[in-house]
Amino acid sequence: MRLLIIEDDRDAADYLVKAFREVGHVADAAHDGDDGFAMALDGQYDVLIVDRMLPKRDGLSVIGELRKKHIETPALILSALGQVDDRVKGLRAGGDDYLPKPYSFTELLARVEVLSRRRAARAEETELRVGDLYLDRLSHTVRRGTEEIVLQPREFRLLEYLMRHAGQVVTRTMLLENVWDYHFDPQTNVIDVHISRLRSKIDKGFAQPLLHTVRGAGYMIRDGAR
Amino acid sequence: MAQDSQAQDKKARTFSALGKLLRTTTFKLTLVYLTVFALFAMALLGYFAFNTRRLITEQITDTVNAEITGLSEQYRLGGIRRLVLTVDARARRPGSSLYLVTTFNGDTLAGNVTDLPTGVLDTDGWIETPYKRLDETEGATHPEHHSLVRVFQLPGGFRLLVGRDLEERERLYSIIASAGRWSIALVIVLGLGGGLFVTRRVLRRVDAMTETSRSIMAGDLGERLPVEGTGDELDRLAENVNLMLERIEALMHGLKEVSDNIAHDLKTPLTRLRNRCEEALRTASSEAEYRSALEGTIEESDGLIRTFNALLLIARAESGQSRDDMAEFDAAELARDIGELYEPLAEERGIALTVEAEQPATLKGKRDLVSQALANLVDNAIKYSLAGERPADAPPPAILVRAQVEGERVLLTVADNGPGIPEADRSRALERFVRLEQSRSLPGSGLGLSLAAAVARLHDGELTLADNAPGLKSIIALPRTGPVQMAG
Repeated sequence: MRLLIIEDDRDAADYLVKAFREVGHVADAAHDGDDGFAMALDGQYDVLIVDRMLPKRDGLSVIGELRKKHIETPALILSALGQVDDRVKGLRAGGDDYLPKPYSFTELLARVEVLSRRRAARAEETELRVGDLYLDRLSHTVRRGTEEIVLQPREFRLLEYLMRHAGQVVTRTMLLENVWDYHFDPQTNVIDVHISRLRSKIDKGFAQPLLHTVRGAGYMIRDGAR
Repeated sequence: MAQDSQAQDKKARTFSALGKLLRTTTFKLTLVYLTVFALFAMALLGYFAFNTRRLITEQITDTVNAEITGLSEQYRLGGIRRLVLTVDARARRPGSSLYLVTTFNGDTLAGNVTDLPTGVLDTDGWIETPYKRLDETEGATHPEHHSLVRVFQLPGGFRLLVGRDLEERERLYSIIASAGRWSIALVIVLGLGGGLFVTRRVLRRVDAMTETSRSIMAGDLGERLPVEGTGDELDRLAENVNLMLERIEALMHGLKEVSDNIAHDLKTPLTRLRNRCEEALRTASSEAEYRSALEGTIEESDGLIRTFNALLLIARAESGQSRDDMAEFDAAELARDIGELYEPLAEERGIALTVEAEQPATLKGKRDLVSQALANLVDNAIKYSLAGERPADAPPPAILVRAQVEGERVLLTVADNGPGIPEADRSRALERFVRLEQSRSLPGSGLGLSLAAAVARLHDGELTLADNAPGLKSIIALPRTGPVQMAG
């Protein structure tokens, strides 16, 4: 995956470039809005990581200009402004995701990976499959092997989100945002309990667990046999 | 030399004090009033003097006219002889008018007047003229008399002069003039004196206030402006300023408490963080130990960020600047959502969580903030309903989340049957960072309730804590919108 990081704080940018390279991605950095815009124009990148406050041209207008030129590279906005209003503004300007500072790298990585594959998964499949677990989005049914599994509506959406990003780490915040549409941080880890309920329904009694906890990051659904 | 400069100093001080006095609004007002009153008094006296003079003149002319009519009648009846007799008789009466009868060429026939300037007798009609009385002894100096006389040409060439002395009129006039001078002098003296007195009094009080405000500005917020208790405008001003100072002092106190609390709640985890790093540097020997120390550090800093975010959110909600883009939403649906979010967690801890929110309860506001406020309340309920010693006969732990419409308000209630909060502590529990003693050991930023309260205030509502007997009942009351509910 090729990434462009537009961030004026050189330390932060260097750290991100290094960290992304360590996990096997290609990352470039730009330190102001104009440079970033020029580099992003090439369209060679899979995901843009854009700081909101930049010298010369601010992050939102960089994204806005790119969208005007029909460059639809997914963009994640990084910002010290973490309120819901700011987030809404960021997404309206053409950003695809919004992460308030300070962020953890695992959270950023998980979100960037999800963004990079969004385009590929745009063709909405009606049936999702991981191992022998099937989810039919039209009939709202879930099967594991031949056994039908009954899920609550929220559990269904939770599983659907996980399965659409099968093989990718999904963080608790991502789940809270995408499954529940909450943009705050509940002090207790309510998500964990929902996951363990779901796990007991889809994994219990099967030799091969599909729903995995990724320590220090979140969760991932994947076919363990492969 | 030194004495000289000292004296000069004193003089300069006196002058500057006087200058200050003269520059005050009160004194300027006094001057304006003084001028107005002096002009008024002068106009009044002038009018009075003018009218008196006119009245006296009128009286004189009336008397003189009557006498001339009478005397010419005598002349008509008995000729010059009878006129001379009559004039003689009248002229001798004390306080008599002035009379003179002359021949055509000016020889006196009868009368009590002499020394008239030449030409007086040639005029016909009214004239003011100096004269001498005939009975005044020759040689002795007498003040000059003034008179108003009328000369009347009798048929046959005789002339008749009748007049009155003007002394009375002059005396009255001079009395009025001196009264005028004195009263104006008095007005000026009293006015200036009174003005200075009042000005000094006001200036002294204003100076006292200025002095106090200086010391308040210097940082002593406990000071208060002096109030004399007379209930006048300066007192009212001082009282209001004092009220304002009290409010400011309370706010400052609150601010100080908050910053102390912030310092405490941010410094404590920062210290822990630092300690953990130091300890790892000192004692860790394996990679696993370093790793766990670093993980602990990250966890600790996440907690710090959470506290910080909550603080920012409270500050934002309280400043009310984000009041704009509020939208209508159903609080009942929101309550069901939050209930659903927390239900598994409650169940895991053996708490029965039920939601009562069937009727729609629309309100206008920020859905996300209200969600967070309600989530905080539920979070608290779950955390604290299991805290402390539970008596053996206590009912199983349960939490009720309810959304209902009551009159013009939407009530979002979270009720538990845990230990609750003693009534005395309830209002304190809403303050930022206050975590009541018994809960110090539980995790949390201590900002949950403050945040809920701030969100309620942002929506023109309020958060109240009540006794659920047993347990705590937290109620967010928000103004509702949407269709009026039918009675029954």
